[in-house]
Amino acid sequence: MTAANMFLDAAAEAGYYALFGRSSGPQIRGGEAAALVRLGVDPVTSVDDTFDIMLAIDWQGVQRFAAELPLSANSLVICDPSAGDVPEVYVKTGAKIVHLHMKDLAKEIPGGRPNMIALGAIAELIGIPVGPLTEVLGKSLKKKRADAYEASVAGVKAGAAAAATLSASKRLAPAKAKDAKRWTVTGNYGAGLGAIRGGVRFCAAYPITPATEVLEYLSSALPKVGGVFVQAEDELASINMCLGASYGGEASITATAGPGLSLMTEGLGLAVASETPVVVVDVQRVGPSTGIATKCEQSDLNIAVYGLHGDAPHLVVAPNSVGDCIFTTQWGVYLAESLQTACLVMSDQALGQSRAIIDTPADVAFVGKRLQAEAPAEGEVFKRYANTASGISPMPVPGQDGCQYTSDGLEHTETGTPSSQSSDHTLQLDKRQRKLTGFDYGNHWATIEGEGDIAVITWGSCTGAAREAVERARADGVNAKLISLRLISPIRPQHMGDALKGVKKILVVEQSHLGQFTRYLRGEYDLPVKPEALSRPGPLPMRPGEIHARLLSMGK
Amino acid sequence: MSSCDSTATYSAKDFKSEVKPVWCPGCGDYAVLSSITKAFADLGLKPHETSVVSGIGCSSRIPAYTNTYGIHSIHGRALAVGQGLKLARPDLTVLVAGGDGDGFSIGGNHFLHACRRNVDLTYIVMDNRVYGMTKGQPSPTTESDWDASAMAPPGGTGMTPFHPLAIALASGANFIARGFSGDPNGTAQIIAEAIRHPGFSFVAIMSPCITFREEQREWKNTMRSVNIEPTTDPAQAARRLMTDDGFNCGVLYRGNRSSYGKEKKATNAVSDLDREFTL
Repeated sequence: MTAANMFLDAAAEAGYYALFGRSSGPQIRGGEAAALVRLGVDPVTSVDDTFDIMLAIDWQGVQRFAAELPLSANSLVICDPSAGDVPEVYVKTGAKIVHLHMKDLAKEIPGGRPNMIALGAIAELIGIPVGPLTEVLGKSLKKKRADAYEASVAGVKAGAAAAATLSASKRLAPAKAKDAKRWTVTGNYGAGLGAIRGGVRFCAAYPITPATEVLEYLSSALPKVGGVFVQAEDELASINMCLGASYGGEASITATAGPGLSLMTEGLGLAVASETPVVVVDVQRVGPSTGIATKCEQSDLNIAVYGLHGDAPHLVVAPNSVGDCIFTTQWGVYLAESLQTACLVMSDQALGQSRAIIDTPADVAFVGKRLQAEAPAEGEVFKRYANTASGISPMPVPGQDGCQYTSDGLEHTETGTPSSQSSDHTLQLDKRQRKLTGFDYGNHWATIEGEGDIAVITWGSCTGAAREAVERARADGVNAKLISLRLISPIRPQHMGDALKGVKKILVVEQSHLGQFTRYLRGEYDLPVKPEALSRPGPLPMRPGEIHARLLSMGK
Repeated sequence: MSSCDSTATYSAKDFKSEVKPVWCPGCGDYAVLSSITKAFADLGLKPHETSVVSGIGCSSRIPAYTNTYGIHSIHGRALAVGQGLKLARPDLTVLVAGGDGDGFSIGGNHFLHACRRNVDLTYIVMDNRVYGMTKGQPSPTTESDWDASAMAPPGGTGMTPFHPLAIALASGANFIARGFSGDPNGTAQIIAEAIRHPGFSFVAIMSPCITFREEQREWKNTMRSVNIEPTTDPAQAARRLMTDDGFNCGVLYRGNRSSYGKEKKATNAVSDLDREFTL
C-alpha cells in the first residue's frame, strides 16, 4: 500500500488523474492486500472492466481477490518466479506473463525492498519517468530517514532498469499540461473537509469500518478550527451527543456505516420531531448485519429513506464521486441547518475509501445558517415551532434571553408544550413536511449529462461506471442521458419530469440485490416508462462493461 | 415569557414554567423540581444560561416544568444529549435529570461512560425503584423480591438491585451524593454543591412513587441526613457506599479529577485545511 500511494503521487506529479481503491482481507493488520489503480489523462471516476497490468509481489491469499482483479488476454502479469507459479485463475485469462526477480534485485541493495523494485518497474512500463518517483520518495522519506530514501531510490532505479529489458510495456498516453493545481483526496477525508466547510464544529462518533477515516480526519481537523471531537461509547451516544451540541448552536455531524445507522434511527427521529439539525454520513458497506464490512454495496437506501418510525420526513443526499464527497457533505450540512432536520449523506465504501487525483474543488458558498430567533415582545410567549409559511421556524441559541423552550420528541404545540391534540399533530406534521418540499434545492438535486432516448438513472459510486458506459455507448451510436441523483429525498417530481422529457427507455443502475433504488424510483416518482433495472449486490464494483452491454441491447 | 435584564437576579419561581406536571398527587418529583429551581436561584444562575436535559419517564418530564432551555429527548439518552450540549457550550450550566429506569436500565451504558468521561455537568436521578409511566414494572433499583406488579414474577425478579452510587464511584464520577425528596431544602443544597463541583456530579434523589409503591411512604421515617465529612478518598467512599443502608443522605464523595475537554480555540482558518490535499 505504501508503494501504491507513492505510485499515485508520482503519477499525479507526472500530470495524470487517478482513482485508487484498495482491497484487503479481514486481517486486523498487515496480510495480503491489493492496490487497484486506474490512471487517466482526464479525471477518472470509474473502475475499468479489466486491469492492464497486474504486478504481484507474492500470491498470498490471491484467491480471495481473484474476482476483484479481472484480467483479459491483453493484460500483463508481472510476477516474481520465487513466489511460485501463477495461479490458474490468471493463467486461463490468456494474459501475458513476464517474470521480474523483485526479491533478488532487492537483496542486491542494502536495505532494499521488493515493493520499491515493483514501483520502479511499473513506472517504467507505463512510461512515468524516474524523476517524479524520486521526487515523491524525497517528500516522504528524505527528511526522516536518509538511509531508507537512498535504498528506495536505488530500488526504484533497479526496478525501472530491469523492467526496461522486459519485452512488454503498457505506455500511457502523454499527460495533458496541468492548468491548475490538483488535489489528492479520499471520499472519507473529503466528507470531513466538506463538513467543516459547511460549518460543522462538533462531531461525536463511534469507530466503524468503512467510515472511520471520516472520524480520523475530523478528530484532528476540528480542534484546529475551534471545534470539538468526542469518541462516544456507542452510536446511540454519538447521534444524541450531536443533537445536544446542535441544540447548543453548533452544526454537528457523525459518521457511521449500516449497523451504526440502525442504532441511530431513534435519534434521527428526535432530530426530525424536535427540528434539530444534524448530519450523518453513512459510508455504506455490504449488509445486512455485519455483512462484509470492508466492501461496497448500496443497500442502506431503504433504512435511510424509510428507517424512521412515524411520519418523519428528512433529507437524504448522496455524493456521486470521490471529489463530490466534499461538496455533497458540505451541501448536506447547509441543508440540515437551513431546514432544521436530519440529513443523511449516503456515501459508500467505494467512494469513501478510494483516493483520487482531482481538479481543485471549487470553494462553494454553502455554509449552514439557521433562521435566528428574536425574543418575543413583553408579555408574549416565544413560539419555537411557529407555523410559518415556509415551515421553517426561527431557532434560538441557548443563552439568548427570552427564547427559552423545551426541545421535545413528544408532539407539541407551536410553543413546544407537549400535546396529544390531533390539530397540533397535523399542524406540526404539515410544517415539517412543507419545509422540505418547498425548499429550493437548485440544480444540485442531480448530476445530468448528455442527451438521448435512454436515461440511465443511478446514484453514488455506480455513477462513474454509468458515465463511462454512456460514453462508450455513444461511440457505438446509442445515445443515453446520465441522471445521477444527489438529492434522494425529498423527491423532485418537477425536475425529474423535465429531465426525462423525450426519454423512451430508462435503465436504473445500482448495487443492491433487492433493487432498493429501482423500487424507490418506481414507488416515489411518476416515471414515463417502466424502467429496466441493472441491480446486483456488492462486493464487486459495478463495471462500465456490463452497463454498456445493457445499453447496447436497449438501443437495438 | 418576558425578556430579562442581564443584572437581574432570579427567584426559584422564575425558574418554573406555567406547564402543569403530569405527575400523580403525592409524587416526590414535585419536591425535586422545587429543589432544583431553588438551587438554580441560590447559585444566582440565569434561566437563559441554564439547561435541563432529560430522557423519557415520569421524572424526565421535568424540562418542560422549568423556564430554562430544555431538551426532553429519548428514553435512556439524556446523558449523551447533555454531554453533547455541555461540550459544545461550556458556558452553559447543564443539568441532566431522569429516573432509575431511564438512567440505569436503558441508559446504563451512557451512565458508566459519563462517569468516566467526567464532563462538567450534574446528573440527578429521581429514584423510586419502579417504572411509573408504564404503570409499575420493576426497575434496576427495585428490591429483588418485590412482586406487587403485573409484570414482576411471583417472588420478585430475583435480580440484585443496581447500586448506582457504588457504580458511579467505580466508574469515575467526581461527586456522589444522595438526597431525599422529603427534605427539599437539604436536597437543594446538595444540588447546588453538585453544580458547583467540577466534573461529573451524580446526585441520586430518593423520590417515592406512592402510586405503585405505596410502602415508600415510609421513606420519610427511614431517610436520614448524615453529617459526615465528604471524602476525597475513593477507597473510603467505597466502604461508606457499600456499608450504608441506602438511607444516608448527603455528599458521600467529592473527587478532584479535572473535567473533560479542552478549551475551544481556533488556530487555523478553514481554508488552511486545503493545504493537506493540494498537490
